Amino acid sequence: MTTTIIFVYLGMVLSIGLLSNRLFRGTGEDYFVASRSIGPFLLLMSLFGTNMTAFAILGASGEAYHSGIGVFALMPSGSALIIPVIFFFIGTRVWALGKKHDFLTQVQYFRQRWESDGFGLLLFIVMIALLIPYLLIGVMGGGLTLAQVTKGEIPQWAGGLLVCLVVLTYVSFGGMRGTAWANAFQTMVFMVLGGIAFFVIVDKLGGLDNAMAQVAAKHSNLLIRGDHISPIKMLTYTCMPLSVGMFPHLFTHWLTAKSARTFRWPLMFYPLCIAVVWLPSVLLGIFGHLDFPGLKGPAANSVLVKMIDMHAPGVLAGLLAAGVFAAIMSSLDSQVLSISNMFTQDIVRHYRKDSELSEKDQVLWGRLFVFFIFAVAYGLSLVSARSIFTLAVWSFTGFASLFPIIVAALFWRRSSKVGAFASVITVAVLWSYFFFQGWKVPGYTVGMTGVMPVAVILTASAAAMVIGSLMSKPPKETTLEKFF
Amino acid sequence: MSTTVRRLLYLGIFALYLLHNDLWLWHDSSLVLGLPVGLVYHIGFCFAAIALMALLVNYAWPTEFDEEEQTP
Repeated sequence: MTTTIIFVYLGMVLSIGLLSNRLFRGTGEDYFVASRSIGPFLLLMSLFGTNMTAFAILGASGEAYHSGIGVFALMPSGSALIIPVIFFFIGTRVWALGKKHDFLTQVQYFRQRWESDGFGLLLFIVMIALLIPYLLIGVMGGGLTLAQVTKGEIPQWAGGLLVCLVVLTYVSFGGMRGTAWANAFQTMVFMVLGGIAFFVIVDKLGGLDNAMAQVAAKHSNLLIRGDHISPIKMLTYTCMPLSVGMFPHLFTHWLTAKSARTFRWPLMFYPLCIAVVWLPSVLLGIFGHLDFPGLKGPAANSVLVKMIDMHAPGVLAGLLAAGVFAAIMSSLDSQVLSISNMFTQDIVRHYRKDSELSEKDQVLWGRLFVFFIFAVAYGLSLVSARSIFTLAVWSFTGFASLFPIIVAALFWRRSSKVGAFASVITVAVLWSYFFFQGWKVPGYTVGMTGVMPVAVILTASAAAMVIGSLMSKPPKETTLEKFF
Repeated sequence: MSTTVRRLLYLGIFALYLLHNDLWLWHDSSLVLGLPVGLVYHIGFCFAAIALMALLVNYAWPTEFDEEEQTP
């Protein structure tokens, strides 16, 4: 039954993606940014779906199992404010510049803003390096979920392959329009199924009041933040959502908007979507102690699957797996498309010497890169033994630390390419240092003080941007006139 | 819209950011509406964020970008 539901769901996603191909206009702009035609609802769903990974369903319940309600304050609640604020101040400006100058990628914008090909190339390399671990989360998460839900009937390698093949097909055929449609569908699926799973399990536990009373009696420390999360950790963790300002896949989604006003819905309803998805996950993670006490470390990430297996096997298990797949694929598709867009526009098209790349060839290169990226990501997923959720935190740390670059580019006329180079190099050096220090330490913070590494790298990156810019020549006035 | 309103709303973002750090509820395990008070506070925080975004959209919208969409 479980496997049947999963295959039916995957078939529906494929159909939606392929259906969008009927509206395909055959141009590079249509393939990569849907001809900048996406309306408010699709933009909200695709931005939210792209930003929610398997972490919001499985990782959140696993974290709440260990740390209690503080997880909600630490992760979704801060994002509920910071992410829409980024859409407001940065997303709308990026959209306007993209529309005015026909930008399709971040690198195109930064190259022109700071008059530097070299900077564009450096940023390209850094962003691809940071995005690959994020891609692996999707491929590995899909495989793990399928193996758990089917109790090993479908091995992890087959689940990962299945995810790759489905997303590869609809991204190749549908491009950004197919991705946005499939994202919207999948986002609604994981929001609804998360809610259903919550109500069914809580009902089996005797209702919310009863379950909460049991937790209060046996594990009252899960109902406070207490020693699980320090105030300084919560404060510095709010730097994490700044990654949204530099994610290539979100940048591309911003460019798809039909108009600046399209951003109004995502701005207002993003916090609601976050609460709807995270609240059930966090509560179920806490209630997991009632049925499965004593889970250690990453084993807690499967607490939700275990609870469903105990209280509602069969149909609900299949639906939950579909919900997790939805969360995974709605991120994976946008990430792969944005990398393919970057390779096509920033490398093939930019460095082509003889003639301009035709619209048809842009689409062809885009599809080839989608295939190539999936092949690499799947290959890496087979040999990587890393914890998928640790991968996410380090990827987010890197992108959040690059945030001063987009802020300086948009708001600070005096910022220069020297400042931008200094900022990126600082991020690369400090990120590598902290990564090797903290990779194998669960819950690593700087010197175990509670300060998240992202806060230190971000501060240094901003300082490097300011010092480097002030010590070098500003960009030409003609360049500044283009952007301010 | 007036510049004062816009600035007040920007100040509201910063104030809400500060309110995210609810140190006074750190060790409070009492239940409100059947949920731990620390959790209820942050659910309320999400709704406060929705309200603030609605105000930004209505009273501090960057109208200069609306003109951009008129260009072909």
